[in-house]
This record gives sequence, structure tokens and C-alpha cells, in this order.
Amino acid sequence: MIDLNNVSKTFTLHNQGSAVIEVLNDVSLSVAAGECVALTGASGAGKSTLMRMIYGNYMAQAGEIRIGDVDLVQAEPREIIAVRREVLGYVSQFLRVVPRVQTLDVVAEPMRAVGVSADAAQARAQALLSQLNIPERLWTLSPTTFSGGEQQRVNIARGFAHAYPAMLLDEPTASLDATNREVVLTLIEEAKARGAAIIGIFHDEAARARVCDREIDVSRFTPGMAA
Amino acid sequence: MTPLLSVQGITKRYGHHIGCADVSFDLYPGEVMGIVGESGSGKSTLLNCLAGHMTPDAGQVVFDTRADGPRDTVTMSEPARRMLGRTDWAFVHQNARDGLRMGVSAGGNVGERLMAVGARNYGDIRAQATDWLGRVEIDATRVDDRPTTFSGGMQQRLQIARNLVTGPRLVFMDEPTGGLDVSVQARLLDLLRGLVRDMGLSAIIVTHDLAVVRLLADRLMVMKSGHVVEAGLTDQVLDDPQHAYSQLLVSSVLQV
Repeated sequence: MIDLNNVSKTFTLHNQGSAVIEVLNDVSLSVAAGECVALTGASGAGKSTLMRMIYGNYMAQAGEIRIGDVDLVQAEPREIIAVRREVLGYVSQFLRVVPRVQTLDVVAEPMRAVGVSADAAQARAQALLSQLNIPERLWTLSPTTFSGGEQQRVNIARGFAHAYPAMLLDEPTASLDATNREVVLTLIEEAKARGAAIIGIFHDEAARARVCDREIDVSRFTPGMAA
Repeated sequence: MTPLLSVQGITKRYGHHIGCADVSFDLYPGEVMGIVGESGSGKSTLLNCLAGHMTPDAGQVVFDTRADGPRDTVTMSEPARRMLGRTDWAFVHQNARDGLRMGVSAGGNVGERLMAVGARNYGDIRAQATDWLGRVEIDATRVDDRPTTFSGGMQQRLQIARNLVTGPRLVFMDEPTGGLDVSVQARLLDLLRGLVRDMGLSAIIVTHDLAVVRLLADRLMVMKSGHVVEAGLTDQVLDDPQHAYSQLLVSSVLQV
């Protein structure tokens, strides 16, 4: 489902003496449907960079990144947008929303974008929010004023609202208490069971051991860090 | 899929000075494209050339018309282009006063565009105008007031209602949130995003505010000295800018 072949990434900082930083070199990996793979490696190894490249957020200098049958490295912006809408979900560490939009609509939006009716989307959003223990009195408020953990859970609800065939999870259990961590791990297991291909970054080792089928150490792709 | 708008090699010079040079892109139905750059980079010149307010020195602006399919709007007759301006196109000016008739009531401002496309029944026009005032969150009791009695944010929302009432397919916006305070901006952005999604609009938004394009635009073009220096997916250009000028632009934003 997710296939990377010989992907390389450098950052060129034009305004800082044109410094060229090689971040990742010759990355090849593949994740099948129903499989969950953890990216590991020390801080600075390029885990988040790799994740962002797989989302089409960072540009690759070489290689191909295939999500289903679309190569994100060559794709037009509208093709990447279509992949993100229908195929590829991403739970980032931070919630970024339009101010003033109520939490229910924030969670329902990815479903509305793929044509789910307003009622069905609302119902699914309500189910997810209550599963993640967001008190009902907060549902009609904008999440911008929520606590860090609440925002993270809204973000997870939004990420799991549509049944994406491929998912990227950046520290989904960070800043969550034991109960909510359990809910999130269950959501991940359910997604795997329905056949989603998942790539995750987990600093929580117990969580990683429970949901991930294998680990990929990103530092072996990092120039100057390979050991 | 046929692009809604296909732009080829648009160039506009002011004497020896370059307004914009050799700009090309395709815009597909439902896409929102942002154009950013410092003032004087040619973004408004480009927008005016695309919207038919200025005649470019070279290039084509091919619009997929409802009746006749793709037509070059640069070489099209003036009446035909004006008809597009009233039906399929809308233009939201930075200064609402440029897009409104200040001596006419709010309802009249919205109704006028309907009448321009043939609406004649007073009751229908008034009902539609009132409906649109509601959609842009202007109280129905203000329908007979002139825009001169409105705040800046209300005028901007009225301008948007006037533009969208005829169900255009392509909206040009020049700094739609410029000069508004941030709470009004947020409200306007939320409104625009909802309208774009519900009506399936395509839009081209010129702005210097990177936060606005991040929220509204799917794609981004960065201009400098009349040239497009970088174009791509909005979050890719903002998070991993490739060109020296885009990097400078992104790194210059103050953190709040």
C-alpha cells in the first residue's frame, strides 16, 4: 500500500550561506495493507521528515513514494490532494484548525469531504468524541481553547473519522492518560483489522510493542549517522 | 478533466517595467489557488489580467465556459467578457467600496447582480438578497440600509454576498481579509471556506498573508519581481520551500 524506492532528501538553506543538509539517503521501504510499522531512531534521525515526505508535505529530491498507485514525488498538487482526501490519513502532533469552527465539524470534515451525508458524519463524529472521552459540553465549542491533551484527542478523532486505507501517525499516544491511550491503541488495532497500512512514530515503547508488526530504524538512512 | 481556467504565458509590461512575466498554470474545478509575494511582485497585475480588468501584452486565459467550452477570454469580445464577469466570474476587491455601490441599499447591492442576469420578480430578488445577507451573517433588519452605515468587515461580507449570489464558478479575490481586524478575518475565512466547499467554487486568492493561504488555498504560487519563482501544494511550499525567496518569505513571518 505504501512503497518507497530509493528516496533521498536534502534541505538547501539559501539564506544561510546556501548550506546543504543531507537528511535522508536512499530510503526504500514498503508497508502492506493491515500492517503497522514503527519508525525508530534517535532524535534528529529524520523520522518526522520521512513521515512528512510520505504525506507529500516535504519534497523528495530523488526516488518514488507510492501510495496505492500514485507516486507523490511526480504527482500534481490536485492528485496529492485527492490522495489525502480519500486514501492517506495523517494524525500530526498538533491540531491546526480554522478559528471558530466547532469541534463536531472539525471531526466531521474529512467525512464530508469524501461525500458522507451531514447526518452520518455528525453521528460518527459524536461516537468518536465520546469514545475519546471529550465531554459533550465541549463539542459545540472550537477546539482552539482546549487543553493539549484534549486537542490531541480531537486530532485523533478527526484522523480516524474516515476509514483511510493508509495512515500516518506521529506520536498518537503522547500527552494522553492511560484510559485515552488505551482507546487510541484500540482505534489503531481496529484500523489494522479493516486492512489499513499504518506507519507510526511511537516513543511509547509498550504501545509500539503492542500495535506494531515491525520496526524500521531510520538512522540507517541518515548520512553520517549510520552505525 | 478539463481545467476550468488554463493560463498560458501571461505577460504584462508597464513601459520598460515588468508587471508580470510568462505566467502559466491550470486551475481545475473546486481548486483554490493562492498567490503570494511582496508588494510590487506583480500579483495584483496578474489577477487583473486574468479577470479581464487589464489586457495582457501576451498570453492566453482560456476559460471553460458553460455554453461553448474552452474559450480564450483575452481575445473574446468585450460584451462576452462582461457577460462572464456577471455570471460565471466574481471579483472580490480588497477595498469593499470598490466592489459595492455605496449609494444603494444592502439588498439593492445583492439584487442588482441578480437583475443583471435577468431576474425581474421583486419578491424573488428581495428574498434571495435576504437569504444571502443571512449566509454572510448580516442581520436581515439591515437589508434596507446603505453600506455606508456598515463596518469594514460587514462591507466586505456584503461584497462577498453580492458576488456569490449569481452562483459563479470562479472567484477572484484581491486581499479579501486585508485591513480587517483579526477576529473579523477569522470569521470571514470560516465563511469563505464553507462557501467554497458547499458551492464547489474555484478561487484565485491574492494575499500577502501566509496564514490565509494555509487555511484557504490548496495550491500556492510565489511571485517575485513579476515572475513565479515557486508553485506547488500549499503546505509543501510553506513547510519545505525550495526557492531562496520563498524561504525568506516563510522565515520572515512573526510568531505569535
